[in-house]
Amino acid sequence: MTADHRTSALLLFGVFVAITLAITTWAGRHRRGSAEEFYAGGRLFTPMENGFAIAGDYMSAASFLGISGLIALVGYDGMLYSVGFLVAWLVVLFLVAELVRNCGRFTLADVVAARMRERPVRIAAGTSSVTVSVLYLVAQMVGAGSLVALLLGGTGEAARAWTVVGVGVLMVVYVSLGGMRATTWIQIVKAVLLLGGTLTLTVLVLLRFHGDINRLLHTAAERSGHGEAFLAPGLAYGGDWTARFDVISLGLALVLGTAGLPHILARFYTVPTARAARRSVIWAIGLIGGFYLMTIVLGFGAAAVIGPDAVRASHASGNTAVPLLALDLGGGTGSTGGTVLFAIVAAVAFATILAVVAGITLASSASVAHDLYASLRRRRGGPRSEVAVARVAAVGIGLLAIGLGLLARDLNVAFLVGLAFAVAASANLPVLLYSLFWRGFTTRGAVWSVYGGLVPAVALVVLSPVVSGSPGSLLPHVDFQLFPLQNPGLVSIPLGFLAGWLGTVTSAEAPDEARHAETEVRSLTGAGAV
Amino acid sequence: MQPSNSGDVRYDDPWYDALASGWGESAGGEVPSARRRDGAAAPADVYLEVQRSAAFQEVRSRYRRFVVPAFTAFFAWYVAYVVTATSAPDLMARPVAGAVNLGMLAGLGQFLTTFLLTWAYARHARLRRDRAALELRWDTQELTRGRGGAS
Repeated sequence: MTADHRTSALLLFGVFVAITLAITTWAGRHRRGSAEEFYAGGRLFTPMENGFAIAGDYMSAASFLGISGLIALVGYDGMLYSVGFLVAWLVVLFLVAELVRNCGRFTLADVVAARMRERPVRIAAGTSSVTVSVLYLVAQMVGAGSLVALLLGGTGEAARAWTVVGVGVLMVVYVSLGGMRATTWIQIVKAVLLLGGTLTLTVLVLLRFHGDINRLLHTAAERSGHGEAFLAPGLAYGGDWTARFDVISLGLALVLGTAGLPHILARFYTVPTARAARRSVIWAIGLIGGFYLMTIVLGFGAAAVIGPDAVRASHASGNTAVPLLALDLGGGTGSTGGTVLFAIVAAVAFATILAVVAGITLASSASVAHDLYASLRRRRGGPRSEVAVARVAAVGIGLLAIGLGLLARDLNVAFLVGLAFAVAASANLPVLLYSLFWRGFTTRGAVWSVYGGLVPAVALVVLSPVVSGSPGSLLPHVDFQLFPLQNPGLVSIPLGFLAGWLGTVTSAEAPDEARHAETEVRSLTGAGAV
Repeated sequence: MQPSNSGDVRYDDPWYDALASGWGESAGGEVPSARRRDGAAAPADVYLEVQRSAAFQEVRSRYRRFVVPAFTAFFAWYVAYVVTATSAPDLMARPVAGAVNLGMLAGLGQFLTTFLLTWAYARHARLRRDRAALELRWDTQELTRGRGGAS
């Protein structure tokens, strides 16, 4: 990438950062310091605004650059991700969004604690929520470091380290000063930018092939060197059975994990009613579905226009496919159009990371302050002091994420996103569904189902090939690998459900009929919802 | 820009049935109201009482009658898709038209069914659940307040 690209991309980064800081200042002006304001942005967003914000929270740079790049390299197999990330939203729509909006106040633990003994349940759900958030956050921070290094050509260690620090500082500023209101608007702006950028590139790709999808696919297949096999599954995951089970495991984690992601659940509390939450999800499904369809076009487009070999030569896992495609579509290296499009793609990817990390930081600071701190501390403080704790927690989580991001900046952390989804699906989803739908569920069942999903998910990853035993592992020189799959979902998700069932049937206390009735009536009618 | 809300439900809709309305009917009509006894029960009992009311059970079974089959169907369809894509790539590679093969169709089919089920769920909730749930909400809140136990 030439100095020209770098300057214009940096300029656009600067503009986006300035806009987001202005939003934060503006949102901070209106703040009254209440918990409602900080965690839920006053609960007065419209479904359309919240739908854009959900999409902005969900569509990560890994999707924008990663999935398209994967499709450009291996063809059809990359599409499996696009499908999983979208289908997951049906679980959210059918089983979670409205009911959670009706029963909870700010976090996942609110829903569970409403019918259980509060303290153990809050500590369990808070712990797993923070775990999911930190895993996801570190993946994004490291991704931001390598992305900026990649796009700006400054592959030096210092550039990457400073990017991690800069992203961390910015997200802490957004969250602790602007709370949910600033975070939401940043996500909306980001969603508009990302969808606009993706749409522009998609239209340009289709124009290049005169709208002939058939020719686009044929050209992609031809240039890939694999022929028609490029358009069918099997190039990446068609090897041994371990690889195939890994894809199935990841597919399950994606589909079931989304409904357990704390930063996604938090978004439903920013609208006034369950019906508004439903309509937000419908907006989000439309936007996210359109986005993932376009990533498929961009992926095959990159394969057809640039060719997989050129993509692989630029970056081994294909993350530069979309920027290279933009450069070519704009007129090629050295042309004004190419420079502008490239800079836009780079800035959009950066904006994407900032908005996602802000959402996660906010959700995890809510888990720390509202669930963990409030339970671990005997004397309960007022709501104002809880918000103060949440702001401090955002700073703490930011520092933790910067620290871990710096430590892990040279490691291949792509597995962390899959792991975050797997933990969410194994630890958060079972407890949430049991609480909402199972009359006989008890406190012990709730606690067991959280830890029974969380501990196996993390333990299996530690024992998996991503940590040790193969050349690409985090610790390539030692070998304590016992579990063959990279993603633990296939085993840990059933274990989470099983542990919840086991804890319930073995518990001595009888389920609380009255509080189950309250949860059920409130979840389906909205009675007493805040 | 926003999707229409239940305020403008059209009643000539074939999917709509009279049971869902409860609108403008007296509380003792065919949808029994939760507002029955005015005993001096504790607020917690209000929820038990509402939960046992026929009106609530109707709302709940409507929700479950849609969600359980729809969830099962799309989840089975998705798992079948992923398992087939990984275990039978040759089947997925079978050409259909031009460059489009069975795998492409199945993948796009996943997008299509997601959009269709979203639309069907929204429609079902709007026409068959929203109004009854809203009535129950006000009834329940009134009962809770009436017993001095508004949370």
